[in-house]
Amino acid sequence: MEKAEVAQKIYELVEKSTGKKKLKSSDIQKTISADLSITRDDVKAALRDLVDEGKLIYTYFGGSFIEIPPK
Amino acid sequence: MPKKYETPLLDELEKGPFPSFVTEIKKAAARSDMAADELGQLEKSYRDKRGYWKHGGIVGVRGYGGGVIGRYSSLADQFPNVANFHTVRINCTSGFFYTSKFLKEACDIWDKYGSGLTNLHGSTGDFVLLGTNTENLEPIFAEFSSRGWDLGGSGSALRTPSCCVGPARCEWSNIDTLGITYACTQEFQDEMHRPAFPYKFKIKTAGCAVDCIASIARADLSIIGTWKGKIATDQAEVANYAKKGMKIQEEIVNRCPSKCMSYDGKELKIDDDNCVRCMHCIAKMTKALKPTGEKGATILMGSKAPFVIGATLSWVIVPFMKLEEPYDELKDLIRKMWEFWDEYGKNRERIGELVIRKGMREFLEFVGIDPVPQQVKEPRRDPFFFWTEADLQK
Repeated sequence: MEKAEVAQKIYELVEKSTGKKKLKSSDIQKTISADLSITRDDVKAALRDLVDEGKLIYTYFGGSFIEIPPK
Repeated sequence: MPKKYETPLLDELEKGPFPSFVTEIKKAAARSDMAADELGQLEKSYRDKRGYWKHGGIVGVRGYGGGVIGRYSSLADQFPNVANFHTVRINCTSGFFYTSKFLKEACDIWDKYGSGLTNLHGSTGDFVLLGTNTENLEPIFAEFSSRGWDLGGSGSALRTPSCCVGPARCEWSNIDTLGITYACTQEFQDEMHRPAFPYKFKIKTAGCAVDCIASIARADLSIIGTWKGKIATDQAEVANYAKKGMKIQEEIVNRCPSKCMSYDGKELKIDDDNCVRCMHCIAKMTKALKPTGEKGATILMGSKAPFVIGATLSWVIVPFMKLEEPYDELKDLIRKMWEFWDEYGKNRERIGELVIRKGMREFLEFVGIDPVPQQVKEPRRDPFFFWTEADLQK
């Protein structure tokens, strides 16, 4: 699977959980790797791209989470 | 800049012969609005007997999940210059060695973009810069990274590994603390800058059991240098210590935790088989006693300050590991520990708390370490012993 497709799935997962549950990086890695049958390293690489591009950000609320940046 | 706030309560803390943090903040306040408002808010905190800081939130530099700790005033209307007052952590060097040139550059950058205040090394180990606003974070990062520096760790991540000065300035270091810390820092960049753990994870490396970096009390992974051979004794130097007034029986022999020493007024004897390598005698009689033989480290896990459960000290998991470059055995162990934590850890649960919850047995089985007597932390604490099916078949 292309990295861009994985990134899209990650973004959709984070978007879907916004306002309901804050996701940790490991939650995303576990969910996406299981859903797409890919390795966690593949998920981490795509997640890293999303953060580097500023499409997702790390936040801290008593723990570190991945979220969509505020507009 | 004229004095902005009256600070009668803080002024009390300038009295006495020792240096005062209030005096230093006042000096910074003479040139920085941020430091001035920090002083004003602190005075109010002393007056009201409560803190006015909030921390966390959405703050950092692009691509990084750590290195900046968001700090906000809940009195932003009264103290607008500390509405944002973030902490920046710069990855410390192994053993905290810096050139005066770097320190001057760091201070210049901080005067330009921050409050001008630093407490140098917080308990985390990082080079800590106190107080800047959100807009200045990217320029600060650019200034430091262009000089070869990087941010440290924060949040649910590997925190910047730190160590004692080790062989660079200490003759008693049994391991290359600086090399180990450097190797871990290089190896685990992703784990440090992109938080993916249930909670924080700290690695601290001490060259010997004197543990100048206090790794046994404040690291999820404590690496403490030790040795396998005997303690070489120079009896002539023992006699010199006695001649100079050292009470060897009281100060050395009686304080040996495993009672493996004896002294008849002439000769100091050590039963090395029962020595627990605590370093007390060696640190006290540096000219007379010396560790010999193979050097390595004891690996311990799980110390932390009070949170979910009370404060804990680290727990031995590997009594002796030969630590030599490229430290693959250590790196593999760390990865296995993280795997266990990732599999079973709850949000905000330190790895030591997880091991207490799940049991050391399960942890050891997962990471592939054989049980040995040195791992027994508190003998006979638990009257129950649970046999597995595999044990019963033996």
